[in-house]
Amino acid sequence: MSNRTPEDPDARRRRTEERERLVAHRGLATWGEKLVPLGRFREATEKTGRRLSRVERDEERSRFLSGSAEKAPIEGPYSRVAVCGGVYNNHFALTALLDDAARRGAEAVYCLGDLGGFGPNPEKVRPLLEQGEVLTIQGNYEASLSTGHDDCDCGYTDPRDNHFAEVSYGYTASHASPDFKRWMGTLPKTRRVNVGSRELLLVHGSPRRINEFLFQSTTPVAFLEVLLDQHGCDGFLCTHTGLHWHRQLPSGRDVVNVGVIGRPANDGNTHVWYSLLEERNDKLNVELLPLEYDHDALAKEMRTEELPEEFVETVLSGWWTTCLEILPARERSLSRF
Amino acid sequence: MNTVPQVGLASLDTVWFQVAGTVCNLACSHCFVSSSPTNHTHEAMSLAEIEPYLKEGARLGVKEYYFTGGEPFLNPEMEAILESTLAFGPATVLTNGLLLPPDRCQRLRAIADKADYSLDFRISLDGYNAETNDPIRGEGTFDRILQGVRALYLEGLNPVITVTEVHDENGSVGGRERFFALVRELGIQKPRLKILPVFRIGAEAERTGAYENWQTLSGADALCGDWSHLQCSNSRMVTDQGVWVCPILVNEPSAKMGEALTDTLVPFPLGHPACWTCHVYGVSCRT
Repeated sequence: MSNRTPEDPDARRRRTEERERLVAHRGLATWGEKLVPLGRFREATEKTGRRLSRVERDEERSRFLSGSAEKAPIEGPYSRVAVCGGVYNNHFALTALLDDAARRGAEAVYCLGDLGGFGPNPEKVRPLLEQGEVLTIQGNYEASLSTGHDDCDCGYTDPRDNHFAEVSYGYTASHASPDFKRWMGTLPKTRRVNVGSRELLLVHGSPRRINEFLFQSTTPVAFLEVLLDQHGCDGFLCTHTGLHWHRQLPSGRDVVNVGVIGRPANDGNTHVWYSLLEERNDKLNVELLPLEYDHDALAKEMRTEELPEEFVETVLSGWWTTCLEILPARERSLSRF
Repeated sequence: MNTVPQVGLASLDTVWFQVAGTVCNLACSHCFVSSSPTNHTHEAMSLAEIEPYLKEGARLGVKEYYFTGGEPFLNPEMEAILESTLAFGPATVLTNGLLLPPDRCQRLRAIADKADYSLDFRISLDGYNAETNDPIRGEGTFDRILQGVRALYLEGLNPVITVTEVHDENGSVGGRERFFALVRELGIQKPRLKILPVFRIGAEAERTGAYENWQTLSGADALCGDWSHLQCSNSRMVTDQGVWVCPILVNEPSAKMGEALTDTLVPFPLGHPACWTCHVYGVSCRT
């Protein structure tokens, strides 16, 4: 006696095929679309590809890792500099930064680009940069806006991230004047500055790519040492991710992601972050500093400009609500959304 | 005469390991490397085999490491391999989610917590219900995959659900929404999703047919001038038999480039029809 309903012929066929696939490779290998005796595949791979000698490998590696041609003129030397990342149209935070940096005795203020996006009224940023004599480089925003690109080129890959990136970019692109955009194109893409005796390279994303994301949990020490060797500097400063960190490397060199002053650091606090650097006792002293600003006024202006309520929520809560998919597993696990 | 475009290696950012070889506890009908319990085309790699590549990778400035197979957790040394790798950089494991009992997830959590770098997981799922998933991945797998997703999530290791476009609707806006809804039903508030096209090679060629003749890249494609979207411009795949150009072509002996990573820092011709998929769809196997 059986209560079983007769098996659907499709399901039966699938099960037979599945069983065939499970055992198909006994003693055989897949070579392209053919099954061949395992030994034949192994023999072929044994003979394929390059097998360099030790000396040749050393030469090949040096060729591959050869230095970059980038060599911006060296500015300074300064004993103390303030460096900020993405302004994202947050003119309230930029005003606060200029006050705070002056109060702390910074001799120069640098900005690593991404002046626009996210916040309201891009035109309010430029006069502050000029009055504050902020030494600025291009971020991907400036590179895109000054060349008439229809995309911020932030480097997101998930459609959810790209949706809000488009909203941000569209707003800034239509509210920044042609003159401001032309000015953005005159900014250098890198700068070099001596802090004490240390030559630091200033970039937006990374020394090799304007939109490379360097998050703390996915940026290994060995990778950074190679970049610094290639670019011949004692350290580099970057932004782009929105999250600040500092790593002192075994070689004694430093890499700092200075964070951004445009939006909070996804930690439930409304303040933003910038960095103060000076050479002390033959070491680079890096202070990552929280910066309070009038975030309520920013939120109000964003609402007046009808920017997405998701962005306003971030300003008021300190938690990111958009562009989250780009975060590595570690940073995402610490995120509310 | 048609010339095959060549892609140089701009930098070596990502190193992949075929850590389980082509051995898998499943035999999915769309697997582009035809992995199965009996497929030993590539064998699992031991920690001792992997370590030299990690050291070499560090000297070449590698940024991240990925592990795939076959099923990585069939490799008895997988947890030790992850621990060692995380001393060098971030690691991501592509798994089918069937070998993730709670005790293993707890150990993985401990490994992740101890590391300086991120440990991430991708779990493959090919339909938002058993009716659409199981014909591809195997009878009964839908429920077991979701158990694996949940087990990892409960340890704070929220995996990226990786879906291939085996069903046309999988990658559509509506299809994505259904996957998000499914993951939220498991209590996961931050659904992570990656959609990949299918490669019409391996088992998939039998399921839906191989590439057509016109699906190949030519000299004219090189006119776009920029290959930076192709993973062969910034990654390599290591198996027990040497270093391959990419994770897709490991069943093509001609796509093996050398024994050590340093042997493979030279350009590679985009002569395989699978290269067409990567170029046209802008595919990267990385997350």
